[in-house]
Amino acid sequence: MPVLVRIPTPLRAVTKGAGEVQAKGETVALLLDDLERQYPGLRERLVEQSGEVRRFINIYVNEEDIRFLQGNKTALKEGDQVSIVPAIAGG
Amino acid sequence: MVKLKGLKCRECGRKYPSSPAHICEFCFGPLEVDYDYEALRGVITRASIAAGPPSIWRYKDLLPIEGDVAVGHHVGFTPLIRSQNLAEELGVTELYIKNDSVCHPTWSFKDRVVSVAVTKAKEFGFDTVACASTGNLANSVAAHAAEARLKSYIFIPADLEQGKVLGTLVYHPTLVAVEGTYDEVNRLCSEVSDKYRWAFVNINIRPYYAEGSKTYGYEILEQLGWRAPGHIVVPCAGGSLITKIWKAIRECTALGLLERAATKMHAAQALGCGPIVTMVKNDTDVLTPVRPNTIAKSLAIGNPADGYYAYRSVKDSGGYGEHATDEEIVEGMLLLARAEGIFTETAGGVTVAVTKKLIEAGVIPRDESVVICITGNGLKTPDVLLERLETHVKIRPSLSAFDRALAELKSQSTQ
Repeated sequence: MPVLVRIPTPLRAVTKGAGEVQAKGETVALLLDDLERQYPGLRERLVEQSGEVRRFINIYVNEEDIRFLQGNKTALKEGDQVSIVPAIAGG
Repeated sequence: MVKLKGLKCRECGRKYPSSPAHICEFCFGPLEVDYDYEALRGVITRASIAAGPPSIWRYKDLLPIEGDVAVGHHVGFTPLIRSQNLAEELGVTELYIKNDSVCHPTWSFKDRVVSVAVTKAKEFGFDTVACASTGNLANSVAAHAAEARLKSYIFIPADLEQGKVLGTLVYHPTLVAVEGTYDEVNRLCSEVSDKYRWAFVNINIRPYYAEGSKTYGYEILEQLGWRAPGHIVVPCAGGSLITKIWKAIRECTALGLLERAATKMHAAQALGCGPIVTMVKNDTDVLTPVRPNTIAKSLAIGNPADGYYAYRSVKDSGGYGEHATDEEIVEGMLLLARAEGIFTETAGGVTVAVTKKLIEAGVIPRDESVVICITGNGLKTPDVLLERLETHVKIRPSLSAFDRALAELKSQSTQ
């Protein structure tokens, strides 16, 4: 059950320039594990040593912030789209 | 003078050359402008600043601009007003109003950040500027892009106040109304900015843009005679302004412009969107995003990017924060107008309401100096007052009709 993952510019050095990649996982946490298998070094950019998603990173499943869902335990199904988006300022 | 060393990650300290980049490739922390403070010490003095123009550019040595100023030559240096009436109403002895509701040219503090951002975008050679906005930023980016003769793309939530929509469209940008909250507009813009090579003032130009907010702090300090006030109450949306005012105070202390900085920074937010104040109240540095539901749309950011740093500014300075309900926000707007003759937007209502609460709770002692930050103009958000205000007297053009109406008004007021 592949899921489409959108990769922001600062991470594309790790994904060999790809802005969109396919990955697998029943949950967001497992998806991050799969991304790490495909692109070694990617996980540590996104996740603290404690396993929490870094403070300045937002992960969205189908345009919904996972903090409004079940965090990195949020379930994924085929066809879902995941966006990794750095925090941005504004007003 | 070479004052810019480049960019530096606020989290891991990794250094980058000056470029249109905003996050660290290694830890995703925000990048910040890195100045050569050693070179600036002794060069920037109270006298050198006083000799500058009456605008934010009197602090140009502390801004990330290397060439000439491109736009916004008249931005900033807004009045710092010693309040008598509001001070009396709130029961404090020394109250000042920093009034950016009259900032040139689009009547909000955003002109400060945008004039820096658009000047920097020109330095980088962009032909298009863009932003995601809750309204004030939209107005300012569209205006300064017009002045700079750059193309502009402005993204806003589709339910924005009409005043802010018209106040953007008039400058002839491409306005994109997005059906969603500001946070959703922001997420979209983050992906748009990855695809199109534009200067997004609040994304890839953010490290430079955000520095413009420091001038709000410098002005407070200079206009107080280079004295730091006891308290500053700041409305918070993305959390950048309060962070940068606090930075301005620390910079001025380090550069010897201020003798002693003992200012407590207080965060003001709406109850319907107050994630930063919630962090302060719960004493946690973990931000929990919220779905905004408040009339203070310019503060309606449920996932503030600088929430963590805003929290740190409050904690490090020994300040606090408070939420204001929609009713209290309107009361705050009306109080400032009635007492001082200043018409501010909903965000200013939040600041006044929160200041009142902090004074009543004893967080701000009545005998200590307080500055309140009024950052936007009420004529942009008149909608919230429509039901609260009505014409007092409507008569035919005759003296007898007026006499009758006046007698009736007097009898009403004595009842």
